[in-house]
Amino acid sequence: MWLIDSSVGRKFIMGISGAFLVLFLLFHSIMNVVVIFSPEAYNAICAFLGANWYAVLGTLVLAAGVVVHMLYGVLLSIQNLRARGRERYAVTTRQEGVAWSSKNMLVLGIVILAFLVLHLIQFWAKMQLVELTGMGGHEAHELAANGAYWIQYYFSKPIYCIVYIVALVALWFHLTHGVWSAMQSMGLNNKTWLPRLKVIGNVVSTVVVLLFISIPVYYLIITIFGL
Amino acid sequence: MDKTINITLKVWRQAGPKAKGKFETYKLDNISTDASFLEMMDILNEKLISERKEPIAFDHDCREGICGMCSLYINGHPHGPDSEITTCQLHMRKFKDGQTITIEPWRSAGFPVIKDLMVDRTAYDKIMQAGGFVSVNTGGIPDGNAIPIPKDKADEAMDAAACIGCGACAAACKNGSAMLFVSAKVSQLALLPQGKIEAKRRAKAMLSKMDELGFGNCTNTTACEAECPKAISISHIARLNREFIKAKIAD
Repeated sequence: MWLIDSSVGRKFIMGISGAFLVLFLLFHSIMNVVVIFSPEAYNAICAFLGANWYAVLGTLVLAAGVVVHMLYGVLLSIQNLRARGRERYAVTTRQEGVAWSSKNMLVLGIVILAFLVLHLIQFWAKMQLVELTGMGGHEAHELAANGAYWIQYYFSKPIYCIVYIVALVALWFHLTHGVWSAMQSMGLNNKTWLPRLKVIGNVVSTVVVLLFISIPVYYLIITIFGL
Repeated sequence: MDKTINITLKVWRQAGPKAKGKFETYKLDNISTDASFLEMMDILNEKLISERKEPIAFDHDCREGICGMCSLYINGHPHGPDSEITTCQLHMRKFKDGQTITIEPWRSAGFPVIKDLMVDRTAYDKIMQAGGFVSVNTGGIPDGNAIPIPKDKADEAMDAAACIGCGACAAACKNGSAMLFVSAKVSQLALLPQGKIEAKRRAKAMLSKMDELGFGNCTNTTACEAECPKAISISHIARLNREFIKAKIAD
């Protein structure tokens, strides 16, 4: 199977799964900002998604995307480490035009994964999972579709705001390399489009991260200044 | 004016492919800044021979940046700190008086060390043999300009053909990937009508040879492009990806 046996095939999977996850992040970040303007509207979106069949299906596809992206990332990293040979260079320097993030995608990915686990425990397990399994009793059910409550609950603690902000910065670095690199790996690039794709990548990652980060920053400011 | 510098060299010495290597330190005084880097290596070897020591083995041939034979990983850069040149085109004026210069062989699983600073680069030859050619039936000489080629295509094919196959791309790559080399060799032919016919077969054959020989997976760090003595663009890698993916989907 060429998607596993060949280097280009493996990178194609890495690129296409990554691009899919970026599309999800765009949706997720746009949806989140609503909570700043209107918690009621945000809860309406939560209720619209909830444990409805399309949201469950979407979650499954998304989980598959994350697992594939992760497994391929680990596989590629191991193979690449081996291809480097046993001896290492004694002197290494930074090359001009080589982004720091491009050489640290695995580390950034692990940071994001660790954050993802925390994030799923904090929100997904309290919302969709409760609706799906019916666990947690009457009170948990009441709150399952009340996303705004959970955001308020966690982000009133400054430590969580800071954890979220740090993780989002890691995400920004991951995406600045990831977006254009995905296009390159899928073969959708050339001399003219290379600089353009890099700009598009930077814009997309900045927009996604700014939208996300606005929420913990907003709650952090509220907490600090006691607004 | 003839300026001279005193330098300290840390050179990787390894008796053979299986032997354990280590760094040796040498001091060289009064090296002219007009000397080329390889001339400096020659002076060092002369000195070693006069001291009845084994000279340092390193690859070199044309000494004018065309053959792709010279290598050397100098102070953390393949082909040294200057850009868009090969080691033989590097001059001692790029170094400061009293500087320590570390010289290492290419390090990649695909390029095992033969001796000292010499590495076995036959892997690149094997990739070329797998498909880096155009099959031509013998016969009369075709008319010049019988096949029109757009200027931009010709230019890009020529840019790709500038690759001298020195191996700096794989040496610079943190993934030990030879993608820049393979993509340049695929591009230079795929862009021209004569080579287009076999483009699919070529992309598949050369890429699977590269994978088979133990080179890594490209992660688009662009370190290869930064270190390439011929400044080959990574846009050729996108073309190789495209050709390969199209060929596999068509199968």
